[in-house]
Amino acid sequence: MTFELFVFYFFSIILVASALMVITRRNPVHSALFLVLAFFTSAAIWLLAEAEFLAIVLVLVYVGAVMVLFLFVVMMLDIDVATMRAGFVKHLPLALLVAVAMAVEIFLVVGSGTFSLERFPAPPSQVANYNNTEVLGGLLYTVYMYPFEVAAVILLVAIIAAIGLTMRKRPETKYQDPSKQVRVRKGDDRIRVVKMEAED
Amino acid sequence: MLALTDFLMLGAVLFSLSVAGVFLNRKNVIILLMCIELMLLAVNMNFIAFSHYHGDTAGQVFVFFILTVAAAEAAIGLAILVVLFRNRRTINVTDLDTLKG
Repeated sequence: MTFELFVFYFFSIILVASALMVITRRNPVHSALFLVLAFFTSAAIWLLAEAEFLAIVLVLVYVGAVMVLFLFVVMMLDIDVATMRAGFVKHLPLALLVAVAMAVEIFLVVGSGTFSLERFPAPPSQVANYNNTEVLGGLLYTVYMYPFEVAAVILLVAIIAAIGLTMRKRPETKYQDPSKQVRVRKGDDRIRVVKMEAED
Repeated sequence: MLALTDFLMLGAVLFSLSVAGVFLNRKNVIILLMCIELMLLAVNMNFIAFSHYHGDTAGQVFVFFILTVAAAEAAIGLAILVVLFRNRRTINVTDLDTLKG
């Protein structure tokens, strides 16, 4: 067993175990944390496949942004875990049936030798000064220019949608109105003289 | 040596697990969203494996776009979830039957 194979199986076991934890944990916070572990280990596996840029993007964008967002939402919402778990055991046989059937079907196609080493020999490793980021950037800014711009627009839409959905004005909150503050006149609005009895 | 089959089998296992997760946690929208993220991860794994063994970087570009769209989807999905919880005080899927579907 080569070192490469050992690393692959090591990280695969961690990945599958953490995926299993994601779907079976009672507490959504634990699920989110195991999902973080799953993303980390798959970044390591992507490094084995020489996709260095995407591996670091997975860690930065997914673990750094998306999963933090998930954790924020999970901790912000007050979820009753007990009612959420109702029906877990009831749906277990169906879930197992579907998952196992699906896995067996894919295994039959994938494991039948069509994608074996004889048909798809392992590519030679890249030369020492090969730069995955540079290659991807070259492709993105030339061949895939328009899809790249569409992706930018999708991100803009996501920003606007997320802000537009969650922003609200609370009627009971007191807040300043700058235009009113600017329009104040010295004599009428700013000072009010009150007549009152002297007190001791 | 590491074969293409290994990567594809790993992707298959991950995808099946996340499908099982959708069935198991069908009441909790947050875990449903997490299962969708796992599915996308499995698909990305296949893309990267094919890209590596085919010697074509286009597969990695596709993964890049899938990551973009998935991030946007997660952001909007969680925003909808927050608004939903604010209005209904619950994110239980079975309680969300206003449309009588």
